Amino acid sequence: MTKLRKISIWLVGCFATLMMFAPSAALAAKKAAANVVIVADTRKLDGLMLWWAQMYNDSHLYFMILTILIIPVTGCIFGCLADLVMNHIGIDLKHRKAAE
Amino acid sequence: MDWLYILMPISGCTVFWPGLIILGLGVGIIGGFFGMGGAWMVTPGLNILGFPMAFAIGTDVAHMAGKSLISTMRHGRFGNVDYKLGLTMLVGTVVGVEIGAQIVMQLERLGSVDQVVRWLYVVLLILLAWMVFHDIGVRRKKEREAAARGEALGEQETGIDWATRLHAIKIPPMVHFHQAGIYCSAWLPILVSFLTGVLAGILGIGGGLIRMPALVYLVGCPTHIAVGTDLFEVAISGLYGAATYTLKGRTELVAALVMLVGAAVGAQIGAVATKYIKGYGIRFAFGLAVLGCLCSVVLKLIQPYFPSHASFINGVATVVVLGFVTGISAYIALKMINGAREELAEKRRAAGN
Repeated sequence: MTKLRKISIWLVGCFATLMMFAPSAALAAKKAAANVVIVADTRKLDGLMLWWAQMYNDSHLYFMILTILIIPVTGCIFGCLADLVMNHIGIDLKHRKAAE
Repeated sequence: MDWLYILMPISGCTVFWPGLIILGLGVGIIGGFFGMGGAWMVTPGLNILGFPMAFAIGTDVAHMAGKSLISTMRHGRFGNVDYKLGLTMLVGTVVGVEIGAQIVMQLERLGSVDQVVRWLYVVLLILLAWMVFHDIGVRRKKEREAAARGEALGEQETGIDWATRLHAIKIPPMVHFHQAGIYCSAWLPILVSFLTGVLAGILGIGGGLIRMPALVYLVGCPTHIAVGTDLFEVAISGLYGAATYTLKGRTELVAALVMLVGAAVGAQIGAVATKYIKGYGIRFAFGLAVLGCLCSVVLKLIQPYFPSHASFINGVATVVVLGFVTGISAYIALKMINGAREELAEKRRAAGN
């Protein structure tokens, strides 16, 4: 238990030190940045890409909602397609032998 | 050869898109096998392909959510996912990731966040590599001692065992995680996930790199269950992380989708490969991958100190990252192919008899 307590104190100490020095490390790394405003440059874009970049410029909220809808849906579609291919190989895809 | 490059609509950088697919395939295999999002390879990889660090982190988090979902579906069918444990840890993870992300935003306002994130990477990777190889060393010692006694080491026997001591701390409520075979205080996985979540939020990763070994060494999960459960966590927390970074305008969805094409195939290969490799095989390969990542991050860090050799060091870093992604994913893919071949031959023999 004493050893465990020592490890816990050490871990908490490391974490606290990290939190304390991280801002000063960032300050030391480079000159402080001005207010950061990111705008997508739409001059070279057209079609779907232009629409996407304009939505980004108009509202980060809509942009976020669409992104978090598209990612899992695309993942599921690609996953199911890859699953179909894997099933055609003929190996057992439901069981494995447990061992360390 | 202009068709090989695509202009990213948000960040405005032009990127070699086959590189994105190859990166997606490689980290898909590695992620599905080790139970992680693979941000430690994707973030420097995207950075090397030309993305600014802030966009590399956000894009990576978005892509890993989709990819981990694919791997979780596959691992779930093998019985490698403890959903109860995963959901318990989700509380700590989400709170931790949000605190970590806020710390990054604060650092960004103060100055450059790149250096701090990379130094944190280095410290973390050294600790992880030490822990994994120390564990392997202890298990080998136990194997030798058992052999000297004329016995064979049990199939579930591990090297270092911190989890048993942590399980002995009985703070209510006590919970039984059946799939993982663990009985412990619910606060243990919550606290572990909170701490790993804070680190993940700062580093801009899904947290699998830290949580997978944490599940094994601190929570006491068998390796395969840790891999599957962690992927379940990465899928959900990755989606949350993607929402956070996207709201802050730091996600390039087009790049994430291109990467998902390769990752979908890779994730299946990696997840199926775990069926043919024992827990300590996974741990050893994980240790090697961590060392590869460490080399690449250190090379990036020393670059500003040698400005005249910057392009050379950058080239070496690229070779190291891509070399490790290629080497490890090729090893995993070969293991999967050989295992599948043997299994099919076994089936044919059984059908012949």
